[in-house]
Amino acid sequence: MVNKQGQTRLAQYYEYLNLEERRALEGEIVRKCLARNEQQCSFVEHRTYKIVYRRYASLFFLVGVDNGENELAILEFIHLLVETMDRHFGNVCELDIMFHLEKAHFMLEEMVMNGCIVETSKANILAPIQLMDKAS
Amino acid sequence: MGSSIMDSLFQRSLEDLIKGIRLNLLTEPTFISKSTDDIRREIKSTDLHTKSVALQKLTYLSALYGLDMSWAAFHVVELMSSSAFAHKKIAYLAAAHSFHAATDVSLLTTHQFRKDLNSANPFEVSLALHCFSIIATPHLARELTPEIFTLLSSSKPSIGKKAVAVILRVFSQYPDAARVCFKRLVENLESSDPHTLSAAMGVFCELAVKDPKSYLPLAPEFYRILVDSRNNWVLIKAVKIFGKLAPLEPRLAMRVVEPICEYMRKTGAKSLMFECVRTVVTSLAEYESAVKLAVVKIRELLVDDDSNLKYLGLQALTVVAPKHLWAVLENKEVVIKSLSDADPNIKLESLRILMVMVSERNVAEISRVLVNYAIKSDPEFCNEILGSILSACSRNVYEIIEDFDWYVSLLGEMSRIPHCQKGEEIEHQLIDIGMRVKDARLQLVRVGRDLLIDPALLGNPFLHRILSAAAWVSGEYVEFSKNPFELMEALLQPRISLLPPSIRAVYVQSAFKVLIFCLHSYLFYRETIACSPSSPDNFVSESKCPGSDSAIVAADCQQDEVFNPRASNQSFEDASTEDVEDITVTHAQIPNSASLGKDGFTHESIGNLLNLIEVALGPLSGSREVEIQERARNVLGLIELIKQELPGLVKKEGNFEREGLKFPKIIELMHDAFSKELGPVAANAQERVPIPDGLILRENLGDLEMICGNDQLPTSSSFSFGIPHSKEKVGLPQSKGESSEASTESTSLLAEHRKLHGLYYLPSEKNDVSNDYPPANDPKLQDNLNDDAKDLVKLTEQSLLQKKKPNHAKPRPVVVKLDEGDEAPIAAKKLELKEDLLSGAVRDVLLGNEAVSTSQSNLTDKSSSKRRGKEKLNTDHPSGPKEVLGDVGNPNMGNPSSRRSKHHGHGKERRHRSPRKKEKEREENGQKDKQKSSHRHNRHKSRQRAEGPNNVVTQTPLIPDFLL
Repeated sequence: MVNKQGQTRLAQYYEYLNLEERRALEGEIVRKCLARNEQQCSFVEHRTYKIVYRRYASLFFLVGVDNGENELAILEFIHLLVETMDRHFGNVCELDIMFHLEKAHFMLEEMVMNGCIVETSKANILAPIQLMDKAS
Repeated sequence: MGSSIMDSLFQRSLEDLIKGIRLNLLTEPTFISKSTDDIRREIKSTDLHTKSVALQKLTYLSALYGLDMSWAAFHVVELMSSSAFAHKKIAYLAAAHSFHAATDVSLLTTHQFRKDLNSANPFEVSLALHCFSIIATPHLARELTPEIFTLLSSSKPSIGKKAVAVILRVFSQYPDAARVCFKRLVENLESSDPHTLSAAMGVFCELAVKDPKSYLPLAPEFYRILVDSRNNWVLIKAVKIFGKLAPLEPRLAMRVVEPICEYMRKTGAKSLMFECVRTVVTSLAEYESAVKLAVVKIRELLVDDDSNLKYLGLQALTVVAPKHLWAVLENKEVVIKSLSDADPNIKLESLRILMVMVSERNVAEISRVLVNYAIKSDPEFCNEILGSILSACSRNVYEIIEDFDWYVSLLGEMSRIPHCQKGEEIEHQLIDIGMRVKDARLQLVRVGRDLLIDPALLGNPFLHRILSAAAWVSGEYVEFSKNPFELMEALLQPRISLLPPSIRAVYVQSAFKVLIFCLHSYLFYRETIACSPSSPDNFVSESKCPGSDSAIVAADCQQDEVFNPRASNQSFEDASTEDVEDITVTHAQIPNSASLGKDGFTHESIGNLLNLIEVALGPLSGSREVEIQERARNVLGLIELIKQELPGLVKKEGNFEREGLKFPKIIELMHDAFSKELGPVAANAQERVPIPDGLILRENLGDLEMICGNDQLPTSSSFSFGIPHSKEKVGLPQSKGESSEASTESTSLLAEHRKLHGLYYLPSEKNDVSNDYPPANDPKLQDNLNDDAKDLVKLTEQSLLQKKKPNHAKPRPVVVKLDEGDEAPIAAKKLELKEDLLSGAVRDVLLGNEAVSTSQSNLTDKSSSKRRGKEKLNTDHPSGPKEVLGDVGNPNMGNPSSRRSKHHGHGKERRHRSPRKKEKEREENGQKDKQKSSHRHNRHKSRQRAEGPNNVVTQTPLIPDFLL
């Protein structure tokens, strides 16, 4: 998750890269994607991967997948993630994610496990977070 | 202790930190480093809350600002063991973010993981599972496999699905876990919880991508899901899995093609529809009707306004293209229109499709239109186009090129495109073609000359590599040149000072070769005519009128008669002494026939040439670049020698009196040396040279002498057609007429340039060098791209619809290929050991599948009864579709033949576990006789196995034979 200035707002890796590699990778991808306009398609090839991205206001959601992955399904997934955050934060914006990075991570963890999408119901994703909010 | 209280009282929270960063935008780095200092202090606190907040802040900074946090690993482990969920959460997130295989403290987490995975609190389990899925090491995976195994059949779906997803990581780290967990994983395919099923399908999809073969026995399960499931996420995975399995088993493909087409037709979800399309075009391309349907769907995508769908449509078309060219033809308007799309990625995809379409029939037309596109495109895409043309044309040693004259001209043209940055590749191909295709040399020299002679080109650094190749070609094959003097002037023009030293060195060397050629022709041409006027006479007389058709025909005939037979049966006898004579003869007459009929090499012109070289190279003899300096000095030294002796050269009855002169001999030697053919060399040639035992210098030199002595004779078959290369020059006259226009154009260019810089013959640096690099081709931006598009549509239509090859005016020239590939040997891919281990383990489990599950029949009772029903159906209607389906999915691989031959009846009779084991013959084969005894036998057997389900004996893996 990257804002339009190219600053990373949330990053989740399912394969280990060290910090320098992460920075370099993020930099390259973000440069490629930010250069594109709204009319252009949402897929960018990068090294051996494919980046599927989608822009919501000032935030870019980027997902790196291998070449066999279904791009349209990933777009649907991104949309689902945004809708889920929207439901929780109410009109989600960049600041919400900045100040609640952990919650955002938690939602993502509920949805994606080890690179596999495991939950697609918004209510199910948010249930544990609501419980935790109540507890604290 | 006091400080820790202070810390906890006045500690900044994460929110404070974020606000602070936002307030201190300008001094961000100092603010962050100050905060890090605070964190380092706070994290040592004994108060867990203080510690956790510090860790939380550190994780935040590390995730978003790339701060190193490996030093805090121990604190992370410490906090993981806190009983407070809030602390645990922070610690697990930090661990997932920062731990990796080399983090030594991860060993310490084993116990904590075990505790949390067994926790009664599902949220703790979930936290641990997630972290484990990211940081699991082989050690952790091994230690925690039992816990994961338990969780796989958890009663809580929210845990079960996560445990399923974690399996992938466990298998990749510790393949042996498959022996324990794989069966439970398979059971999850029958889970009633849709998310668990989804996760399981995700896992199998990943596994099947890596090693489809091992999962063939599960095909019936997947098929059931493919047909029954209503969840698009799951269906996409199922379709994907069959995309991997179908190519391995044609009968399986036959089964799944119908349901997949059904989804393609009916589904409203584009993602599922596209997955079906992609699977059909990649894995089911033999099913004509399915492909037709897929192409219809692709067309829908292509004409959609959504650029995403368009891109995917193009991608699918690229996959279809090699096997079903008609699919591209049907959509070619869209494809070609996409070439001028606003989106570079879409342009790139359509370019790829076009390149897939390229064949020997249409390569010329497609390249023509693409080059026109390239001229008008932005630099980046321009070079993409040029790169694709270059790689498509050079593929497999210029496989698709029939007409090398055309291709060489195209290379020349491409070099002049203003944005062209493919200098290195073009350079390589020019030289490569020169060495491999001797019939193309004439055109190469012509193209090279046009490039060299244009002073404007020297101003473009991207062209320097190409100019280097042009210079080399011109020097090496100078005998094809129509006007060596002109060539020499081009090679020595003042603007070559713009070139980098290495390329100037090539220029000097080429000039040297040209000089030797001129001198040699001057000295020996007249002599040979005088000595042996008989044989070349007809040549000379005919080539005096080079434009006439008769001369061409005569020359062609001569070439056919004399040259071809020799080329075909090149034996040493053929290339005997008389050949050698022939060579010198034809060598000598070339300048005459080619260009020098009028002015020829006169005493005066040679003198001028020498002066020109001397003046141009003089300053270079003091060059700081050793390579240039050395080569220039060589040439100058030779000229000095010649100049001393030249006045002594007297003409005598048309012959030169050369007695007592040294230089003609030198020239002759040099000329022989330079006319030795260079051939392409395999990348691994050096390796094949055996290292001689006890290498002794003197012996080596002796060998060398022998080799030199053989120089005149063809020594090896691969180079042998180099020898008569002078022969083909008889075809030369025909070139003169047709290219004269072009040449006058550039000659006038050169003349103009000379006029502009009056001091042309002086190597003055005064010339204004930086000014005038005009765009070689005016990018006619006004031109309507659509015109081009139409052109291309038309062209491809013609060329692609042509069923038969057009008759070529001339046969494809010989391209020298090396026996064993031209590419450097590619190291064989190493098989990943772990993958091997995993598939081995999976196979073992599937092999033991039948027996083990028999023992668990009460566990899987529901499913087996369902299957039993199916089985009944099968036996009732042996030819029904379900029956075949069952056949397809027969998990029969569990029975290695040896065992099957002994017990093959058992499982079958028991029906309830191996309903899909369908060999008809066997069913007919009096199974009833055996029924009772085998029944008992089987039970006994399964009990045995039930005692040690994990000790499944490794059985020889067997390719499943579904219908046999």
